[in-house]
This record gives sequence, C-alpha cells and structure tokens, in this order.
Amino acid sequence: MTNTAINLVMYEDEFKKIDEELQRLYQQSNAKLVFLVDKNGQLIAIAGETHNVDTTSLASLTAGNIAATGGMARLLGEKEFSLIYNEGERDNVHISLVGQWVILVVVFDQRSSLGLVRLRVKKSSEVLARIFDEIHQKAESAKKEGKIEESPFAEITDEDIDKLFR
Amino acid sequence: MSFINYSSREINCKIVYYGPGLCGKTTNLQYIYKKTNPEQKGKLISLATETERTLFFDFLPLALGDIKGFRVRFHLYTVPGQVFYAASRKLILKGVDGVVFVADSQIDRMEANIESLEDLKINLSEQGYDLEKLPFVIQYNKRDLPNIVPVDELNKVLNPNGVPYFEAVATQGTGVFETLKGIAKLVLLELKKNY
Repeated sequence: MTNTAINLVMYEDEFKKIDEELQRLYQQSNAKLVFLVDKNGQLIAIAGETHNVDTTSLASLTAGNIAATGGMARLLGEKEFSLIYNEGERDNVHISLVGQWVILVVVFDQRSSLGLVRLRVKKSSEVLARIFDEIHQKAESAKKEGKIEESPFAEITDEDIDKLFR
Repeated sequence: MSFINYSSREINCKIVYYGPGLCGKTTNLQYIYKKTNPEQKGKLISLATETERTLFFDFLPLALGDIKGFRVRFHLYTVPGQVFYAASRKLILKGVDGVVFVADSQIDRMEANIESLEDLKINLSEQGYDLEKLPFVIQYNKRDLPNIVPVDELNKVLNPNGVPYFEAVATQGTGVFETLKGIAKLVLLELKKNY
C-alpha cells in the first residue's frame, strides 16, 4: 500500500491505559458518555452510560462530522477546526481532536457544564495524545524492523474466509 | 487502514462502495441489511436528501463471524454519487481498506461510469492510495435492463487490469453478496500480507 498511514493495532496494555483515562474523564467531567473514535470512524474505547446507545453508528457519524468540518477548514484556509460543540435540549456533545489520530467525544447534560467539560477534556487530551503517540511509534518501529510477530492473520485460509459467508 | 484490537479481539475493516449517481450503491447496502441476521448487523444509517439521494454517506456495520479467534467486522460505506458532492465523496475514502466500484450497465451511463472511475482514482491518490494496489472489485449492476453494454465491453473499458467483477441486479439481490464476499476476501488477504 502506498498510503503512509499504518494500520492501528491496539494491545491490552495500551487499551487499559486508554480505558482508565476515559473512566477518569467520565467521572471528573460528570458526563453521561465519553468515547474515543479513530478518524476512520472506528470506535476505540467508551466509558459511561452505554445502554441503549448505538455506539457503532455514533462513532461513524462522529468521524463523518470531523471529516466534513476538516473539509470546511481546508476550504477556508485553516489547517483544521479542533472542536465541534452540539447543544441540545437535554444533551450536549463536545467533540474534539486528540493529536492527529483520534477524536474524543463527551456527551453531557445539565449535571455538568461546558466549562467543566472543556477543562477536563484538555487535561485528558494531553494524556491520551501521549498514549497514541506511543502506539504509533511502536507500530512504526515494528514495521521498520520487520518485527511483526505472533500474527494471527498470517495463517488465514480461503476456507476461513468462506466460513464467514455461510 | 484496518483497526486491530487485541484487547477486544476484533478486526475492523472499511469497505467503500463507489460509483456514479443512481448506479445502485445504496441499494446494495439495503439488500445486505435486509438479508443479514439481526445479531450480525448494526443500524443502516443513511444521510440522504428528502428525495432519497445520498447526501453524505450510508453506513452499515456487519459482523460476519470469527477468524482465528478474532471477530471480523466490516464497515460498509457508500459515497454520494452525484457529481457536485465531490468534496464529501473524498472524505469517505479516508482510511479505506477495500473499494467496490458499482457500474451502471446501461449504454447511456457509460460516460458517467468512466467519469466516476477517474474521480475515484484521483480522490484515492489525494489520500495517498493507488487503486491498483488496493483491494478492488467491480460490480456491473442493472443487468436486467434492456439497453445494457455487454460484459466484455464493460471489462474492456472499466476493467483493463482484470480485477474480480460481478454481474448484479441489486434491486433483486442478484450478485450483491457475491460482490461483498469478493471484496471481503481481498481485504482479508491483504491483512494476511501485511501482518
């Protein structure tokens, strides 16, 4: 693939760190729901009141939203807009970019406030950005050294794939 | 750019259905949605105009099963086909793992097919992708209509590299799952190559 982007691979350790940070943000910001999505729309981690919430669709629409906003930014000569805020009658949604890889979404109601959410998001973003930098560095150096071990996919057979469609 | 999560043991892959306006991209997704077991699919999200023309994208998450202990999820997207939605179309291709080009087999849509395929190549290259290196299949849709181009001719014009192609009547479901299976296979084999 000529694309410079590398596949995102998440291991247990990093996932745990991300999950802990999201839980912290969820509690400290009095939010209803906090989640992380990669820029392609795939949900990475989530904390909070997830019952009755279609998280997969939310993730995809969040990425679409950020992509559209980014497209607008470039048309206007901005590099990107790093924040989107949606205000509803009951719930509000705070969407922001973390580093260049991921999107952090906080859904909150009157139990919290925009000011508190912004403050806590700022702190968590720094932590999360560091974790993702590590993940990408790790992936890149693994790629460079050709050290792609324990791959569960090296052995995929045609039969495995056919089985998916039975 | 697939997302492999060792923690939840999931692989997520993004497949984009591309093609000229009214070629049947959304119809493909609607048929897949209709025919998949409820536990395998999420909601079909359509960001469309009041006249049911795709405005931004359609989205359908599918979890077909497990491979080597990993749950394989496909995220299917369509792009808006109409020419003036070029800016939105580009965005959907971000992080794509595989592309299905849905061609309209009707004689008077040949121009539109060619234009859309060119547009796909340009948009991919802007994202740093090369169509020739990406998992890619073609679907010749609307094979049930009267004024259609023969498959040989379509292949000559739209498929010079001989990628897998599928004849389809998406409204009736003919060829829809064959196409999906075709692209899924290529995407998973690519994963095998890279890991």
